[in-house]
Amino acid sequence: MQKSIPLTWRRIPERYRLLGTKCTNCNTNYFPTRIVCPKCRRRGKIEKVQFRGLGRIYSFTEISAPPAGFEDQVPYVLAIVELEEGPRLTTQIVDVVGKGVKIGDGVAIVFRVIQRDDPEGLIHYGFKFRLV
Amino acid sequence: MRRVAIIGTGMTTFGEHWDRGFRDLVIEAGAKAIQDANLQGNEIEAGYVGTMASGRLVGQEHIGALIADYMGLNPIPITRVEGACASGGLALRQGFMAVASGMHDIVVVGGIEKMTDLGVEEVSDILGGAGDQEWELFLGATFPGLYAFMARRHMFEYKTTEEMMASVAVKNHKNGAKNKFAQFQKEISIETVLKSKVIADPLKVFDCSPITDGAAAVVLAPVELAKKYCENPIEIIASGQASDAIALHSRESLSKLRATEVAAKKAFEMAKLSPKNVDFAEVHDCFTIAEIMAVEDLGFFKKGEGGRATLDGKTALDGEIPINTSGGLKACGHPVGATGVKQVVEVTWQLQGRAEGRQVKDAEIGLTHNVGGSGATAVVHIMKRV
Ligand SMILES: [Zn+2]
Repeated sequence: MQKSIPLTWRRIPERYRLLGTKCTNCNTNYFPTRIVCPKCRRRGKIEKVQFRGLGRIYSFTEISAPPAGFEDQVPYVLAIVELEEGPRLTTQIVDVVGKGVKIGDGVAIVFRVIQRDDPEGLIHYGFKFRLV
Repeated sequence: MRRVAIIGTGMTTFGEHWDRGFRDLVIEAGAKAIQDANLQGNEIEAGYVGTMASGRLVGQEHIGALIADYMGLNPIPITRVEGACASGGLALRQGFMAVASGMHDIVVVGGIEKMTDLGVEEVSDILGGAGDQEWELFLGATFPGLYAFMARRHMFEYKTTEEMMASVAVKNHKNGAKNKFAQFQKEISIETVLKSKVIADPLKVFDCSPITDGAAAVVLAPVELAKKYCENPIEIIASGQASDAIALHSRESLSKLRATEVAAKKAFEMAKLSPKNVDFAEVHDCFTIAEIMAVEDLGFFKKGEGGRATLDGKTALDGEIPINTSGGLKACGHPVGATGVKQVVEVTWQLQGRAEGRQVKDAEIGLTHNVGGSGATAVVHIMKRV
């Protein structure tokens, strides 16, 4: 996976603060950000929008075979969370195991280390969620 | 548009080919298909080849030129096509369009992936490129994890069970045991699947397709020329392709693949047929839940009934509609770029009566269904005897 410094840097507003976009033509919120509204295309008007970081679990799994960079976190719960404002995103649910989670559970954003490169490398931060 | 037929087929065995490299595999499949079509080689006007990740798996890009060179086909044009695990199916569609349009008469289509030169962790990372790197994989998702999201929703919405998913693997291993080209030629039980190691709950090792080396190829010609080369050509009567959001979280539903529904609808319209007319199919079972969704999305069973139908044997070799007679991705193996072409080889062999040991009786119409990644690309082809 590409994890260069510029890539990490340019995603900071989205990864740290859950800054997304909204199309004011059709009133649809998007996360991650989009340049074009897929519904309105040329008629769309895209603006930045700050999400509150509250939502519900739409689907989930417990990952036992981790990708590189996540070995020290297994097993961990990964979920698709539907934000109050509408969009869904993929995220980790912290401080819980798979059996402790159900579809529909309420969650709130927390700021955590996502993964680290080798010991000398970059530490990648961003959003995760916890049960509320 | 001209009518298009398959006049030759060939494939390598699927498995771990430590002794053979990328070019060895793709050339073997291509040479077999050209021989099967009784061609000298001079008749071939163009080629399309599907591979997902040759650049990262074996460090080789520019594979169209490599294949033209090593097949002895210079200077004809050969073009690489990429759509993750649907690369092979997309390559076939390009070949189909080239012949249908009248641009070319004889066209070779191949699919190839050489995956075992790297370790499992590296291969998994590379296959992750089929999903959304920045917003799925970077945050800790894996491909089994993405399909686990779909399985969880399917279980939630339709009461699908782990046993139903396991029955897909059991059925496909049973078919694979009858296919000498398959990676796994051994039957397994429901218990084997249910007791295997959990990878991404509820998916276990035996719910997942393996890492595989392999290649497959077909030769296409206009129907009016087909009989000149081949006694029993098989016509491709429809081709449909569709796209959907790259990330699962941006899709409307997780319990179906909309790209499959749309690609199938387009293909059935083009063929002027309905799902009821299909006698058997090769579908994209990269995970067991994927086959359950596929048989629903393609219209063979109602939404939510694919798991029960599989458990009840309706998709077995002697069932209502045999699914994945080759063993599917699960048992025949899944060299990603080769899979879509292998499906077409299997359907052709069934329609020609050449599917030794696993022949579907009175097979008239067959369908292939090839998916890229977690469902952002789907391609469907329908075939029948000329
Ligand atoms: Zn809009």
